[in-house]
Amino acid sequence: MSNVAALEAKNLELWYGNFQALRGISMVIPRNQITSIIGPSGCGKSSLLRCFNRMNDLIMGSKVKGEVLFDGRNIYATGIDPTEIRYRIGMVFQKPNPFPKSIFDNAAFGPRVNGIRGNIEEIVEHALRRAALWDEVKDRLRRGAMELSGGQQQRLCIARALALEPEVILMDEPCSALDPVATIKIEDLMKSLAEDYTIVIVTHNMQQAARVSDMAAFFMMDTDRAGILVEYGTTTEIFTNPKDKRTEDYITGRFG
Amino acid sequence: MPRTIFERLLHELQDDVLAMGSMVEKAIYRSMDALKNRDLELAEQVINDDILINRKRFEIEEKSIQLIATQQPMASDLRIIIAVLNIIVDLERIGDHAEGVAKIVIMIGDQPPLKPLIDLPRMAEKTGSMLRRCLEAFINRDAEAARKICAEDDDVDALYNQVFRELVSFMSEDPRTITRATRLLWVAHNLERSADRVTNIGERVVYVVTGKLEDLGISKY
Repeated sequence: MSNVAALEAKNLELWYGNFQALRGISMVIPRNQITSIIGPSGCGKSSLLRCFNRMNDLIMGSKVKGEVLFDGRNIYATGIDPTEIRYRIGMVFQKPNPFPKSIFDNAAFGPRVNGIRGNIEEIVEHALRRAALWDEVKDRLRRGAMELSGGQQQRLCIARALALEPEVILMDEPCSALDPVATIKIEDLMKSLAEDYTIVIVTHNMQQAARVSDMAAFFMMDTDRAGILVEYGTTTEIFTNPKDKRTEDYITGRFG
Repeated sequence: MPRTIFERLLHELQDDVLAMGSMVEKAIYRSMDALKNRDLELAEQVINDDILINRKRFEIEEKSIQLIATQQPMASDLRIIIAVLNIIVDLERIGDHAEGVAKIVIMIGDQPPLKPLIDLPRMAEKTGSMLRRCLEAFINRDAEAARKICAEDDDVDALYNQVFRELVSFMSEDPRTITRATRLLWVAHNLERSADRVTNIGERVVYVVTGKLEDLGISKY
């Protein structure tokens, strides 16, 4: 494991109109590790995730202060193309959202739209293999993606993100719509992906954060409901011996 | 938001450890009383009661496993259960040492005493007291007290050393005492090991409080 930063938030603040959603967030996301973001509903977990690849730009009235460093550059600096950021920092959502197209076309979508040259069949196969889906779909690549089970659809969405060879994958509750078996498959997949990618996962499932992540960050709401980072450390530390009473209370299920 | 049911079960689990601790403490004192008073009946009772101690240990272990499997304990809750799982092993072994002393009492039977017993009862007294206070420290989450109790193991070691030298001098002066003296040495050894086990429990108290695994039982023996 390297301790090189993949992403770094520096005093990051986020507003939706007059409502401050995040306050003073500073944290380093280490490369090739899985970082989980946990905390009660409304604490800004997903908002933070969306700050990491400028997805909040798409929300009217949102405003960001502070910096998010990626490759040493502030992704909010002028002259940065958010589209480029989004394909180098991919995202997987809570509900699997494949396009109503074939399995192949879903995996090929990113490279095609971005005009990536190369053997598209190879790219698709590689992405599907990397997402641990290939063996299940190789004989029916031209069938509709909607025919797949929820867990398979989610792995297809991961494959779709991987086809662009991103450096970071952001996952927003990727298993909350899946059954336990599909959940474990995604978790195993995350572990193997972390060899090549950096993963940040937002999850409500604390056991999942404990199982899957190397680092864990606990967020909660300040008195004005702005999200703040309470504690950030190795997953073992956070789940066996948190320093902050508020983390302890949340982790042990006594609040939140 | 309290977790009412879980908290009650976790509380009960620690009460069980206290109950088991007092069974073990009683076994230490009773085995020593049996030795002092040549009370073979009491020795038999200590041996029989060890079955109850072992049973209690499995009961606590099963409850702990159930809590882990059904309640997903985290952070300090998890540390408490892990500590309990370790403490009961040490308690069970201390119980075995007391049983060992009781068996020696039966072996000695009605052989004439070698000498009045002074240091052995002191060792038992000290070990029992360390054990009781160590479990109090566990309940009170008092790492400082636990550390101090662990340091008292040196006193037990010093008594052990004293008993050893005394018994060796008996043996070298009069070889006819060898059998009796050796048996008393076994008694001392059982007590010395028991006090070492108490330091293990002290380490678990420190773990519950600080989350750190530390070696506190640096015994000479």
